[in-house]
Amino acid sequence: MVTGVRARTEYWDAVGSVLDPEVPVLSVIDLGIVRDIREEDGTVVVDVTPTYSGCPAMRVIESDITDALVRAGAANVRVNTVFQPVWTTDWISPDARERLRAYGIAPPSGAAAVAGELIPLQRRVETIACPRCNSRNTERRSEFGSTACKAIYYCLSCTEPFEYLKAI
Amino acid sequence: MSLSAYLLRLGDDRLILGHRLSEWCGHGPILEEDIALANIALDLIGQANLLLELAGKEEGQGRTADALAYFREAVEFRNALMMELPRGDFAFTTTRQFLVSVFEVLHLERLQASKHHDLAGMAAKAFKETRYHARHSVDWMLKLGDGTAESHDRAQAALDELWRFTAELFESDDIERQIVAEGIAVDREALRAPWLAEITRVLTAATLKLPDGGFMQRGGREGRHTEHLGHLLAEMQIVARSYPGAEW
Repeated sequence: MVTGVRARTEYWDAVGSVLDPEVPVLSVIDLGIVRDIREEDGTVVVDVTPTYSGCPAMRVIESDITDALVRAGAANVRVNTVFQPVWTTDWISPDARERLRAYGIAPPSGAAAVAGELIPLQRRVETIACPRCNSRNTERRSEFGSTACKAIYYCLSCTEPFEYLKAI
Repeated sequence: MSLSAYLLRLGDDRLILGHRLSEWCGHGPILEEDIALANIALDLIGQANLLLELAGKEEGQGRTADALAYFREAVEFRNALMMELPRGDFAFTTTRQFLVSVFEVLHLERLQASKHHDLAGMAAKAFKETRYHARHSVDWMLKLGDGTAESHDRAQAALDELWRFTAELFESDDIERQIVAEGIAVDREALRAPWLAEITRVLTAATLKLPDGGFMQRGGREGRHTEHLGHLLAEMQIVARSYPGAEW
């Protein structure tokens, strides 16, 4: 049960200044992992939902959020992990997707792939545009990349490898 | 009590399999596969962390996920035996991952409807991750099975070796039946038929032969493990046990 009142704007701004350490063009609010910020009896409480179960950046993010709030004047901070609703890349805003692309990471394509066969024998062909040259003549090298949230692609037009933030 | 026992089983399956997969780090056959195995290991260990934390909370004796992972003996682990078997060759690791991932996709799909709020949330997250794992392992089963004579033979040998450990995945007991009745856990026995159907479909496409029934090994859920678990734990636990309470 959620009690307390919506946190004042400066606390939202402070949390909004915290960037994802692995994707430093997106704030934790752009990513959609901050579910609520409220004040309960002098404590600023932040509800955060994890991206991937094993994402090692989560602990860094929690401590960055705490630091930012303390700098903004919060006397007490509590970062609370919530599991529902479950995070999805669908929560990343159009504006944030554009920043991802400009940074060189292809943004998630379409809606998170929850439909379709549970155990498919053949893959749905998913064309991902190269974030550099915008060519759609690309191929997937691996569905698993440098972090849990990314896949490795290769652009056959400009011959550059690139990362893709997987739709989940 | 039943709930913490159930959570321990779910957590231990992931912790031990995740550790086995992590052993591939730096040894994968190609760079992309090395990264993929490490990523899947990370997902599993992350899921284990959440589940063991919850198991400790439900147990009510103040044990954290770390305390459960690093300060229990082999006889106290509740993972299915399949998870602890040595990583073997790439075909063995892939085949195990395939058998387990397909099971977990079916299992987690249903566990999302658990009446336990946090468990349902974790299951929903893990379900999405595990679909990636299953797709990845299905791709490899098709490549290995329908590949060269050697890759086919190695995949078939792995399947034949692993088969006797599969029944344990579907084994239930009074502890689980009670929380299945409460709407918290998933009835494993009901997963057997859909699992077999999915497995058969993939193996047929991969030109591999479904092993015949035969003797089935069990005991992991009661803490009767193979000799391999102790060796795994020695490596996994040594730092935490050498420097108890250390932080970095």
